[in-house]
This record gives sequence, C-alpha cells and structure tokens, in this order.
Amino acid sequence: MSTLPATSQHAVVTIPTLSARAVLPWLAFAGLLMLVAMYFISAEQGATSLLSGTAVHEWVHDGRHLLGFPCH
Amino acid sequence: MSARHFLTRGLLAGLLAGIVAFGVAYLVGEPSLNAAIAVEQTSPGVGTDHSHDSAATEQSGGQVSRTLQSTLGLLTGTVVAGVTLGGLVGVLSALALGRFGSLGPRATTLGVAATCFVAGYVTPFLTYPPNPPAVGSSDSIPLRTALYFTLIVISVIAVLLAVVVGRHLQPRIGGWYASLVAVGAYLVVSVTAAALLPSFDEVPTSFPAGILYDFRIASFLTQLALWSVLGITLAELVHRLAQPTPHRKTQHVSS
Repeated sequence: MSTLPATSQHAVVTIPTLSARAVLPWLAFAGLLMLVAMYFISAEQGATSLLSGTAVHEWVHDGRHLLGFPCH
Repeated sequence: MSARHFLTRGLLAGLLAGIVAFGVAYLVGEPSLNAAIAVEQTSPGVGTDHSHDSAATEQSGGQVSRTLQSTLGLLTGTVVAGVTLGGLVGVLSALALGRFGSLGPRATTLGVAATCFVAGYVTPFLTYPPNPPAVGSSDSIPLRTALYFTLIVISVIAVLLAVVVGRHLQPRIGGWYASLVAVGAYLVVSVTAAALLPSFDEVPTSFPAGILYDFRIASFLTQLALWSVLGITLAELVHRLAQPTPHRKTQHVSS
C-alpha cells in the first residue's frame, strides 16, 4: 500500500488555536458566572444562607434534587 | 474567531440543553419526586426531621406550590445550570481546540463536555448519590453539601492534573497511551478521595427502594440529557465556527 502524498486532504486541514492569554479572561468570567449561578441553584437557603427565608430554596427545590445536589 | 464566539455559542447550546434537561426531569424525574413526597407525608417517622419541607409547605399551602416547583421552578434550575455551564464549556473548548493532538473541533468540544460531565457530576453521583425528599437528615445537610462540593473540587483538580500529565507524555508515548495514563491518574486520585471522605447512609428503613432507585436514575438521566445536548450542539457550532471562510479570520486572533 503506497503512502499518501503529503498534500492529501487530511494533512492540509489545520486546527485553529487561540492563544491562552486571549482566552483566560473569558475563562475567568465564565467560571465566575457559573459558580455564582450554581451556588444559588445548589446550596442557597440549604447548607448556607445569604438571603433570609426559604423562597429561593422552595423555587429551585425540584431542580436541586434532580440535578443531584444535597437538598435536605 | 475569538473566545467571545465560543462563549456565545456555549451559552446558546446551554440554553437548549437546559430546556431539554427540564423535559427529561419533568417526565422522568417528577413521578419519583412526587412519590417520595407522598411517602414523606403519609409515613410517620419518615422525614419527620424536616421543617421546611413538611406537608404544609410541599402542598399548596407553602410559599411555592408543587405545580410551580415542578414546572417554572424546575425550569429555572435546569436552564440556569445549562446556560452557565454551557458558557464555561464554550470557553474551555476555545482553550482546548488545537491542543489535543489531531482532535478536530467536534471531537475536542465533545471531549471537553464529557470530561466536565464525569468530573462535575458522575464522580460525585457515584460517591454521594442524590436523594429524594424524605431521605437524608437535615442535621447533616451542611456537612453533606460541603463534602459534595469538596469532592467536585478534588475531581476537577484531578482532571486538570491528568490533562497536564497526558499532554506532557503525549510527544513521547503517543496520544493513546498518554490518554490511558491520564485517565488512570484521574481514577487513582478521585477514587482515593471518594474512599477517604466520610459516607452517609440516611435512607429510612421504611422508604421504598423502588422510589429511591427511580429517583437516582432520573437524576442521572437529567444530567446526561443536559450534558449530551450541550456537548453535541456546541460541537456542531464550534465545528462551523472553525471552518475557514473568506470573511472570517481563523488564526490567532487576539482580542
């Protein structure tokens, strides 16, 4: 079986790469957004409470259970 | 092509994933959840240590009715989780693209989503399986929550270490063996952590095993649906983004 020429279709396809420096600020932003949002879905008015009452807990109750977080 | 494009596509794929996850959770999860609440209300001695989840609250007399909890409340949970996780997976894909050997945009993106699913849900699921209402002591909820998140943090750190090790080994032993070593390293760290962290068995003896089983399977299917839709949708969007077109720059755009 002969070897494929270097200019075969697969060889010329380059995968674009972004520099880590350009991506890291976006990563920090997306990570922080995820952490804050998931905190309210998963733990607020359960294990810890920033807000008084149980309204947040009650509202996201079913999601907290079914997404797998300890609810109560 | 910049990280911004990946973030917006991740948020979009996450929105779709959150909606689909809601559908699965509503259709597959709610029956077992309602069954568990019925057990809580009818069986004396089961779940009596709850205060906020007592019959009065869970039924229509509470702050949020069961109807709202199982529809808009549930949708809020899955969509917020889907959108924000989608945004993060999108940006992670931007970082991963072109850095894992010859993996193309679709395989890389799907791999990132699958890795996040395993590290963020499957490992914690296997260590601390989720519980329906009427299962679990309210006295231990702060500790159980802290341990659940501790395990997620350890699991994520283990993935990062495994990726560093794998990428370090790849030029010498090749992608296949480097991947095997990386997966092995992740398993050693996460299984050790799961074995050392305290475990809980708080299922009341009178709680029906079938409901518990159905609930846990439903939770797994909800998360599987979320991550599958997120991963596949984002993989397709990133694939299209990475296609060279006359009007779009594809190389090293810094912004």
